[in-house]
Amino acid sequence: MSKVDLRIKIGSLELKNPVLLASGTVGYGNEIANFTDLSKIGGIVTKSLSLKPRPGNPPQRITETPSGMLNAIGLANVGVEEFVKSKIPFLKEVNSTLICNIAASSVEEYVECTKILTSEESIKAFEINVSCPNVKEGGLEFGNDLKAVGRITAETKKVTSKPIFIKLSPNVARISEFAKVVLSEGGDAVSAINTLVGTSFNIWTKKPKIRNITGGLSGPAIRPVALAKVLEISRNCPIPIIGIGGILTWQDAIEFMIVGASAFQIGTANFINPNSGLDILKGIEEFCIQTNVTKISDLTATYQI
Amino acid sequence: MLIEKSKFISKTTITKNTYLIKVLSPSIARTAKPGQFCNIKVSENSFPLLRRPFSICDVDGEFIYFMFDIHGEGTRLLRDKNEGDELDIIGPLGIGFNLQWDYDTAIIIAGGLGSAPFPFLTKNIPANMEIHSFVGGRTKENVIDYKMKNVSVATDDGSNGFYGNVVEFFKSRIDEFAAKKIKVFACGPNPMLKALQNFCNEKNINCQLSVETVMACGFGICQGCPIEKYNGDGYLLVCKDGPVFDSMAVKL
Repeated sequence: MSKVDLRIKIGSLELKNPVLLASGTVGYGNEIANFTDLSKIGGIVTKSLSLKPRPGNPPQRITETPSGMLNAIGLANVGVEEFVKSKIPFLKEVNSTLICNIAASSVEEYVECTKILTSEESIKAFEINVSCPNVKEGGLEFGNDLKAVGRITAETKKVTSKPIFIKLSPNVARISEFAKVVLSEGGDAVSAINTLVGTSFNIWTKKPKIRNITGGLSGPAIRPVALAKVLEISRNCPIPIIGIGGILTWQDAIEFMIVGASAFQIGTANFINPNSGLDILKGIEEFCIQTNVTKISDLTATYQI
Repeated sequence: MLIEKSKFISKTTITKNTYLIKVLSPSIARTAKPGQFCNIKVSENSFPLLRRPFSICDVDGEFIYFMFDIHGEGTRLLRDKNEGDELDIIGPLGIGFNLQWDYDTAIIIAGGLGSAPFPFLTKNIPANMEIHSFVGGRTKENVIDYKMKNVSVATDDGSNGFYGNVVEFFKSRIDEFAAKKIKVFACGPNPMLKALQNFCNEKNINCQLSVETVMACGFGICQGCPIEKYNGDGYLLVCKDGPVFDSMAVKL
């Protein structure tokens, strides 16, 4: 038995620990399960699902940048129907908490996806992606619009009793305004942040390195931005925050909790060390023992400013 | 597939810009198959951030060999490792060469560093089978025939062997195999593979292509390495569905 109480609560969702694996960096769990014990992870957030399958963008989809990477996958996914049929059975067996990420190109599609998936008992919460920078319709268009974010929160809440998390874009002037809208429309938490829009060009061919021209920047390069956004939300809005952005080590994870996160997600790090979630879990537990923290949730928003 | 803390043993220079490294990696070596690859963390810190994928060049007991050109900082760091250094390797990854099928002659076609997976493949082709290896390079300095059998050479500048590219060379020799049942195994730059694919598909020759692409994770979670399906209906992933594909499976 762990000496530290690692359990956390976000709305009505209870997690055995604050380590979540971020959407788009664990697929549907089956590949990464070769390298890590998913049953010990707090939860996994599935690759964004849309109502119908999406083939994703043509290559090249990714490129490495200083301390980060750009991606424009284009929400490649199997669609809700196939997910229920072929992916849920594996995810059930994993015995981790399953959070389903939904991406859509209209409010109606968000609602429809949520409605279909809410009857799946193994799905414990929804993360609504209103901030994908890499698709033509929806995505950032919603993420930049306070009214749209409010409407999506309210409408999806109507069709499910499970917690709704809204994944926010950092590509806005005041992220805390979006968090306030989510809270007032009944959202249970915000996930912050999604990737930052970026690009990179080949100087010899003068062409963009990724076909989509721009992509989402992730990895340690965005960590200071993510921390600032989490802190801004934490200081301005009393909504639970799931911190995301370039976490590679347990120290990074602790930093997110200190600036206001109740839980956090590991993203790009999974591509480098598919066991990093458990490595980080071990690190934060030792940190708590060392600093006499008996309940990990006590760490949240303990910043001294 | 697994993560193995491996040990850097030694390095050999193959050509001016091409190196062969030997790594002690028993668990990966045990299950590796020709045409598979490994994703290697070339540094102990977060620069460069991502792993680098390398074709498995050869396996000898508990040792794995990787052959690579110096392309940038990642490959430079790998080259500069010293004996005893630890290397964090994920492997073996992907689907390698399919050795099945009704044939009596294996034709290996390699362009430049495309020779990398073939020492291991050559070793695994049954002894009773004929092997012909066609190896191409820009100049004679770029021809890599390390541990390959029955080699014929082509160079773009004519400095060694056939004057022209390796696919043209193979086409010019195809009549020699008229009485044989052949299967082609190829690796090299995309334009080369595309020319070969067109030829083989037209002539109904069973052909396996090992393709190269940028990757992040190497095992299917990042979706960063798509390749279009031959029928145009969406994408396969090079890391998980490949890196070796039947010439009828993908569009290059």
